[in-house]
Amino acid sequence: MAVFLACAVEAAEAATIVLAAGTARDWASAGYGAVAATLVLAAAVAALGPAITRIPAGALRLVVGALLLLFGIRWLRKAVLRAGGAAALHDEERIFRERVEIARRAARRGWGRVPDAYGFALSFQGVLLEGTEVVFIVLTFGSNQHAIGLAAAAAGAAILAVGLAALAVRAPLTRIPENTLKFVVGVLLTGFGAFWSAEGAGARWPGSDAALLALLPAVALVGLLLIAGLRWHGRARTGAARPPISPPAAEPG
Amino acid sequence: MARRIRAVAAVARDLLVGEDWGLAVGMVAALGLTAGLSRSTVPSWWVLPATILVLLPLSVWRAERRRG
Repeated sequence: MAVFLACAVEAAEAATIVLAAGTARDWASAGYGAVAATLVLAAAVAALGPAITRIPAGALRLVVGALLLLFGIRWLRKAVLRAGGAAALHDEERIFRERVEIARRAARRGWGRVPDAYGFALSFQGVLLEGTEVVFIVLTFGSNQHAIGLAAAAAGAAILAVGLAALAVRAPLTRIPENTLKFVVGVLLTGFGAFWSAEGAGARWPGSDAALLALLPAVALVGLLLIAGLRWHGRARTGAARPPISPPAAEPG
Repeated sequence: MARRIRAVAAVARDLLVGEDWGLAVGMVAALGLTAGLSRSTVPSWWVLPATILVLLPLSVWRAERRRG
């Protein structure tokens, strides 16, 4: 579930760039770019996946848990700041408009079978950059659960679902509650990362795996309290009303 | 070549450290403390949750203070 949600967020961001490349330049070139980047990322999972699973279980839990913890707490912090009004929400529509504007100014030049090299490069770069985080999550979550195939399938399902939705509307996916998903994924990665890295470092959790049932809600509660605190602080400072406390309500559209 | 290495390092830093390096350093230090305590008879499971409870609000507070 964590892999699926995280990949849906990244796929929505990548889809915005591909759509901008297709709208402003050429749909075929944007499509080639997206497919080429997806193949590069799939090759990275195929190459690195088996290598990671050869690491001894204890060391794997420590390293993978620490990476997930660092990655997750960064996402959680960003989602809290955005939901609390201390940072701007990720606005796919604005990003789409900006990308289209920049792309329209560039000169048109073909490259082999690709009608427009700029559209290809824009799409390829966007999918590759956003996809790096997908690969990271698939490899870390999948290797620790000994299910890289399942994690890759969840990532593929999320990318397919978001890609089809983007193709159907041919517009930025503003209705995806990106910050809410970011908050949920941040909580999951932080909780699992803390649990696995502490185990890998030699800690024994009270109740073993059942400790996760307390750890995950506790991390979510800290995040929600921080959002509430930020909104209260913002109201106290400006005197203006801010949206209600729950992160889902903070999303536009 | 050096430019590529710098670019990869920048992506890795953005992926794991983000905007607040203090938060990342604090979590790694807490993991080190967990490993140290695990070699003694003192329970060590509480170190990471306690660190999250302290460092995440501190990091959010620093970001809010920078903004305002």
